[in-house]
Amino acid sequence: MQPFRSVTSVAAPLPEADLDTDIIFPARFLLLLDREGLGRHLFHERRHKADAPPFVLDRPPFDRARILVTGRNFGGGSSREQAVWALADFGIRVVLAESFGEIFHANCFRNGVLPIVLPAEDQARAMAAAGTGAPMTVDLESETIALPDGAILRFAIDPYRRRALLAGLDEIGAILADDAAAIDAFEARQRRTAPWLHLARDRLAFFDDLNRAPDGAEPESRAEAG
Amino acid sequence: MSALTLYDKVWRDHLVKDYEDGTSLLYIDRHLVQEVSSPQAFAGLIAQNRALRRPDAHVAVADHAVPTRNRARPLPDGLAARQVSRLQENATRFGIPYIPMRDRRHGIVHVIGPELGFTLPGATLVCGDSHTCTHGAFGALAFGIGASECECIFATQTLRQRKQKRMRVTLDGRLPAGVTVKDVILALIGTIGTGGGVGHAIEYAGEAVRALSMEERMTLCNMSIEAGSRVGMVAPDETTFAYLEGRPLAPRGAEWDAARAAWRALATDPDAVFDREVRLDVGALAPRISWGTTPEENLPITAAVPDPDAEPDPERRARMRRSLAYMGLEPGRRLDEIPIDRVFIGSCTNGRIEDLRLAARVVAGRSVAPTVQAIVVPGSAGVRLQAEAEGLDRIFRAAGFEWRESGCSMCVAMNDDRLAPGERCASTSNRNFEGRQGKGGRTHLMSPAMAAAAAIAGRLADVRSLA
Ligand code: SF4
Repeated sequence: MQPFRSVTSVAAPLPEADLDTDIIFPARFLLLLDREGLGRHLFHERRHKADAPPFVLDRPPFDRARILVTGRNFGGGSSREQAVWALADFGIRVVLAESFGEIFHANCFRNGVLPIVLPAEDQARAMAAAGTGAPMTVDLESETIALPDGAILRFAIDPYRRRALLAGLDEIGAILADDAAAIDAFEARQRRTAPWLHLARDRLAFFDDLNRAPDGAEPESRAEAG
Repeated sequence: MSALTLYDKVWRDHLVKDYEDGTSLLYIDRHLVQEVSSPQAFAGLIAQNRALRRPDAHVAVADHAVPTRNRARPLPDGLAARQVSRLQENATRFGIPYIPMRDRRHGIVHVIGPELGFTLPGATLVCGDSHTCTHGAFGALAFGIGASECECIFATQTLRQRKQKRMRVTLDGRLPAGVTVKDVILALIGTIGTGGGVGHAIEYAGEAVRALSMEERMTLCNMSIEAGSRVGMVAPDETTFAYLEGRPLAPRGAEWDAARAAWRALATDPDAVFDREVRLDVGALAPRISWGTTPEENLPITAAVPDPDAEPDPERRARMRRSLAYMGLEPGRRLDEIPIDRVFIGSCTNGRIEDLRLAARVVAGRSVAPTVQAIVVPGSAGVRLQAEAEGLDRIFRAAGFEWRESGCSMCVAMNDDRLAPGERCASTSNRNFEGRQGKGGRTHLMSPAMAAAAAIAGRLADVRSLA
């Protein structure tokens, strides 16, 4: 994972509450199998609205923003990590909001994106500052936001997640390296105390008849369609 | 030792280790794998050349992208076909059971987990899908995760987590006629808001919860995420055991007896303390309808579309205006006068056999309004076969409903079941977000009985007034 230390950038103001992950990344693009290149579908409906002014992320200087300032309950709803991949692909590394959807919040940390929860008053100041189009600096080490007028806002990040982001930690690698013995021991213990939680071979035989013919393979002919 | 809640006990039983920074490594017993959140996780595993730790802990099924008619033909959408076949390839490669869409065990992950007995009390269960909280109805610690976390489960069978706060929702009283548990959860979300449960694991308790069937408990727990909480649980009891006994993957014989004894001990200790308590008298509720574009924007069917000008909080007012503009509604209009175009009965919230029975009872002997296109999408093939054995399909068809195959369908509109821009739908699903059922589509959330009533009336309607 890409480490995160500090970002200096203009911040895009998006003063709306409840921007859920369906709005951030509409479901029909979930059929794509990759995590790269999803930025072009970010906020798709908002950015392709007929007879509406251009969406904030399509307007200079905010089209190059790496910080997004938005309203309460950002990223609620679906667990789709595509919402974070799309933000990151677009270039957003920091999201400031009053609150976040929980799964979205967790997904951010796994993709080098820093979600910062601010109290209402600080949020309002950050929003106003973003509107000026002048750059602000978000520093994870010191847990501060330096607004364009020099004012400093403080925030707090879970210490584990802060360290993981600063180091660009590979969490899976760390668990495999440090905790494998503890996991082995847990499994051995659980097999004694709650054996039903381990699906044994005889129980899994229930699935043995599953047919192995390709499911939903590419259509070979569309002759029948219509 | 101090008193523990249900959540504390399942957490304790899955603790691999505590780290010094207050996070913990939690063991995950079971993982449901679907096509949308797994391809990137499998790709990560392959790229890092990592093994799958425990193939027997996963079951794979494609539910989001599959069509619900013409299953005999290849998928009409090339992208969907690629996504579904990718899941099967990955499952085969890593030795995970894969349930094809034409199989009698197919269905939405959150419907088949319990049906198969894959979901068990006291287990930890995850899926790359936010409605994994559904399985908490069994007293499992079940929660939705992102694709990167799926990858972590594949490789380590654990997740590094911080324990949630505990919140108890106590439901008192008895449900009045025409009012269902869907109305209860909508009322709860309307009360505490879509952020009300953030940071908390919810336990549903109280006499009204004890009286609920497993299907109803699943509907209740399912929408915990719409209240902001990843976790919603109900302590296992005789209702739970009766549902599970004899399910294909449930324990048997002496192991069943041992498991049941362990499950009985999971109930929250009488003197356990919750960080937050909420009470709701279900006896005072009416059937509810969502009017906006977030689940908390819902009201009794007897109400009118609210007026943003009467809302003092400016952010809420702006939110309401945006919702009403999107929904094409004017303040003051009676909810039961709003005409609809489509009806969707299905999803992991309300696509189970009891839901279909409830809707069929309303529909029997009546006809869908000529202006309405209505579909029933059973949550699983098992539900579909059971409904057909009971003759429910004939009731729906005779009334003018389409009877479909299992899948997520119009809950998420990733297949060809979707609303056209501006179309208005009475839906038993769980999310009324902008574009959720198709770009520009307008969703009203409600119970299966209310959706059936709307289909007949051609407008949002109070099921209690249908003579
Ligand atoms: S039915 Fe809807 S909410 Fe449930 S898993 Fe499928 S898409 Fe998600």
